[in-house]
Amino acid sequence: MLDALEILFTATFWAAAIRIASPLIFATLGELICERAGVLNLGIEGIMTAGAFAGWFAVWSGADLWTGVLVAALAGAAFGLLHGFLTVPLGLSQHVTGIGITLLASSLTYFTYRVALPKVSSPPKIEAFQPVAIPVLSDIPVLGPALFNQTPLTYLAFVMAGLVGWLLYRTPAGLALRAVGENPAAVEAQGISVTAVRMGAVMAGSALMAIGGAFLTMSAFNSFFFEMVNGRGWIAIALVVFGSWRPGKALLGAILFAAFDAYQLRLQQVAGGLVPYQVFLMMPYILSILALILVARRATYPKALMIPYQKGER
Amino acid sequence: MRVSGRTEAGNPVLRLTGITKQFGALKANDGISLSLGRGEVVALLGENGAGKTTLMNILFGHYVADAGRVEAFGEALPPGDPRAALSAGIGMVHQHFTLAGQMSVLDNIALGTQPLFSLRFDRSGAKAKILKLAGDFGLDVDPDALVQSLSVGERQRVEILKALYRDARILILDEPTAVLTPQETDALFATLKKLVDEGLSVIFISHKLHEVMAVADRVVVLRAGRMAGEVAVADTDRHQLATMMVGQEIAPPDIAPAVPGPALLSLRGVHAAGQGGGPALHGIDLDLRGGEITGLAGVSGNGQAALAALIAGTASPSAGQIVIKDATVTRWSPREALAHGIGRIPEDRHATGMIDDMSVAENVISETYRSARFSRHGFLDWGAARAFAEAIIAAYDVKCPSPDARVRLLSGGNMQKLILGRALDGAPSVILANQPTRGLDVGAVSYVHARLLDARARGAAILLISEDLDEVLALSDRVVVMSKGRLSSPSARGERSLAEIGQLMAGHGFEGTAHAA
Amino acid sequence: MRLEPRPRPTVLHTLGYPAGAIAVTVVFASMLVLIAGANPFSVFWLVIKGAAGSQFAFMETLTRATPLIFTGLAVAVAFRARLWNIGAEAQLYIGAVMTVVLGTGAVALPAVALIPLIMVAAMLAGALLLLGPAVLKIRFGVDEVVTTLLLNFIVLLFVSMLLEGVLKDPTGLGWPQTKKVIDAAELPRLVKGRRLHWGFVLAIASAVVTWVIMKKTALGYEMRAVGHNPEAARFAGIPVNRVLMKTALLSGGLAALAGFSEVAGLKGNLTLDLSPGFGYTGIVVAMLAMLNPLGVVLSAVFVAGIFVGADAMSRSAGVPSYIAQVMVAAALLTMVAAIMLSRFRIRWR
Repeated sequence: MLDALEILFTATFWAAAIRIASPLIFATLGELICERAGVLNLGIEGIMTAGAFAGWFAVWSGADLWTGVLVAALAGAAFGLLHGFLTVPLGLSQHVTGIGITLLASSLTYFTYRVALPKVSSPPKIEAFQPVAIPVLSDIPVLGPALFNQTPLTYLAFVMAGLVGWLLYRTPAGLALRAVGENPAAVEAQGISVTAVRMGAVMAGSALMAIGGAFLTMSAFNSFFFEMVNGRGWIAIALVVFGSWRPGKALLGAILFAAFDAYQLRLQQVAGGLVPYQVFLMMPYILSILALILVARRATYPKALMIPYQKGER
Repeated sequence: MRVSGRTEAGNPVLRLTGITKQFGALKANDGISLSLGRGEVVALLGENGAGKTTLMNILFGHYVADAGRVEAFGEALPPGDPRAALSAGIGMVHQHFTLAGQMSVLDNIALGTQPLFSLRFDRSGAKAKILKLAGDFGLDVDPDALVQSLSVGERQRVEILKALYRDARILILDEPTAVLTPQETDALFATLKKLVDEGLSVIFISHKLHEVMAVADRVVVLRAGRMAGEVAVADTDRHQLATMMVGQEIAPPDIAPAVPGPALLSLRGVHAAGQGGGPALHGIDLDLRGGEITGLAGVSGNGQAALAALIAGTASPSAGQIVIKDATVTRWSPREALAHGIGRIPEDRHATGMIDDMSVAENVISETYRSARFSRHGFLDWGAARAFAEAIIAAYDVKCPSPDARVRLLSGGNMQKLILGRALDGAPSVILANQPTRGLDVGAVSYVHARLLDARARGAAILLISEDLDEVLALSDRVVVMSKGRLSSPSARGERSLAEIGQLMAGHGFEGTAHAA
Repeated sequence: MRLEPRPRPTVLHTLGYPAGAIAVTVVFASMLVLIAGANPFSVFWLVIKGAAGSQFAFMETLTRATPLIFTGLAVAVAFRARLWNIGAEAQLYIGAVMTVVLGTGAVALPAVALIPLIMVAAMLAGALLLLGPAVLKIRFGVDEVVTTLLLNFIVLLFVSMLLEGVLKDPTGLGWPQTKKVIDAAELPRLVKGRRLHWGFVLAIASAVVTWVIMKKTALGYEMRAVGHNPEAARFAGIPVNRVLMKTALLSGGLAALAGFSEVAGLKGNLTLDLSPGFGYTGIVVAMLAMLNPLGVVLSAVFVAGIFVGADAMSRSAGVPSYIAQVMVAAALLTMVAAIMLSRFRIRWR
């Protein structure tokens, strides 16, 4: 019993939690941007898969790591463009289109993988991002090794959370983005194109999701596996609701969630054998559903979420 | 009150020439021309569906005209570009406000006025400018308040500030008084006077003659998409304008005095939750008596939606009682309401009245499909449904190709006739008529009125809820006024003056009301 | 640009745009085939031959279509009432679990009694599994898309736990699989020596029954009304929440039958790879059929043909069989766009 609690005070535990949180932070921020603009993006799971592959494949083909991140982001933005085109000007069902994007992005990824690497039995490894200790800060006991001895992509995730918050609440573009998710007619009346803002948001959000996927192949692991995203996209969607569509709260939600996840992994080692390991693996998904039940009634969601907008209509 | 006495000669600030716009078979605008001088107020007068809003949407770049041109300050405006209209100094206050409720007044006003990709949003500069404009023109509003916390009148001020903030020189107001109390309307007119004194020009869209006479220098009358006339206010009177607007003189409906029967539905001290952002109901007492139309006056958003939901059965009282024919109801739902003989005409045809994507036959049975008339053992009798639809189409003169046609393809008037046919089928003893004529043309309006008066003549109790005060006063045997979720005592036709009703609408004069301030 | 409804869509619109969607999908797939270094014409010929080139091939296609008809129907009824059931995969597995729980010897009954019993139990399990998200949606306002998606993962882990625990076949050499179902619980083959089984007939019958429910009954009418406009339905006195729950029960039950049919008709036992995403593919099947239950049969056969044909093609031409999934996903996206364009026209100004 004592062991189970002591875990919470170890640096390795928190370091793992932050590591687990990183891809979720990217993905949650990406989904948040889309939804704040009024577009639900269920393509997230497939876009993360595509990003995971694109970034890793670019590096494996000889690009440097940051170019790989850029390639992943571009791949994500391309699928975002498709999702945006179908749901914004064409106004198709965001549910159906999003599922379609997930199916397309993941199957296209697997197809490309098979074409590009026809003869490998186990996927090749790349030289992934390595932890970089931040001087001074990483010497703080417990907190230092947990927070300040991570890979650059993890630092980027935290920077992104701040950046997205600043963008949404401190710049004219963010104001337009939020307004377009609240009342698109208000934006059109002020001479801004609703289509342009929504398309831009979906592309930018999708790029972030893809970087979240790339984190898996380029930082958490160093290789690409099928099904490696494993529902993280859907969890990110739950985290957006849990975080009430606010970047700060979404960041906290992701860390909290990751801490639970890291905890169950360690608990599994402590209490393994007594309980089937599948029960532990179910925890993140069950936790997401519980989180949704907790907040859904009180959530103040963007008023125009999932409602297509047609010019001249109000 | 005349807002502006002077009209400057010289070049007009705005000129529309030969504007034509067709929607399918409907010519919404047919060769309309209009000009506006500096410091002038031109009223655009016309019935619903006359083409006023279409014309303004073309001017503002929301629609592209099939023919014609728009010039502002001597320069042609590119069609279909709201940005061009904005930067040419044209500001529009829409009938339905275009504001984001969860954002602040300042955010709403400054939206889109700063370069989109600048790194900083200049909040303090924006605030200073808003406060100065608000002070100059008497548009008092807190820049940091969330829009959703504002009253309708305040929201309209935000809309006007939005235009002024962008240095608009031409202001278009689309039916601006529809949502205001008489007192708020006077305040709006005072603001308009300050604006024209500063040299701004105003287009004032309305279908209310007295307002047009009060506020405009010149009137352009539209009828069925065409220009029916143009005249200076000084040279005309209400009678002539009415004739121009409608085409022929319309006599007010000839209403025999009511012979009120017993109360068929009563509310006793009812409290209920607010609906659609409106206030909750506080201790409502109301008797709907047979053979009588009870009219509900009030600025929209003061609890009418909650009251309508209560009578329609979609909401239940949290305290108090609903009494129908001397019996207190215990269970309450739309089905219970229908079973108790309540016929319901909902406020919004598209949102709640009809299912646009289903057929006429499917829509007319929606309240009765479970009855033995339309179903057996869970299977529906589509033959009977179609026959019922045919019967309504014939009896109510609905223009529609067949019972299998999608309701989406019907005009508003024909849709409303279907709803009437459905609601009045089976001679309901109580009728809820919530905005029964909103958006209809003159012919359809008088048709709906005639059917409601028929129902009154056969002894039904009718509750008429309407934003149009003129309609309430014309049809109702008794008037009650709603404000902030409270209901005034009833007054017989002509018992209260317009000013008294206006006071009640503004929330003054409710007995024992702490809110009356 | 702006979309305007076409008052009267012509045959050209209703057929031309979907045909265009197929064309775009084929061109897109051809480009991928070229990238993979093969000749599109010969590849597509191999796909068609592999799907329908012989009696054997076509029966394989129908066999593959069987679970897709069930999941397609499940999605079609749910989406019709705008209940976004993305969890047909989980409901399928729960149906399969019920089949092996009751069908591997625990209950000894003749086939005429055992098979209906298992079907009812499987449908009940699937129905209850979807009832959860429906109730969460109604009571707490939780989006059912996310809950049904997450349940897919939870149920798969649950099945994995059973396969390594109580349902594990002791004679299975340690593999995570269940015992075979007994003969009385087996759905017989339709043709000797082919894999096509009575589950296919059951699927067709289910499609007909579903069509009757949707078109002829009060429940179907209620579901369509709730799907098109819940607010108007509620105003008219249709019990929206109850209709949603009934929809969930029907949809979940249909999806569970897919699991029953796969175990009792084809595989004989339950493993973790029982379904290669039939639940998700059901969404494509339902959308291609424009949510029409009878259309689901056709679109399921079409989609199954692509999968079966691509498998065969992949063995001989060396283009990865994932091309089938790419084509199916692309067909979904192009088809929903085509349906929109056949009903609305784009005005650029």
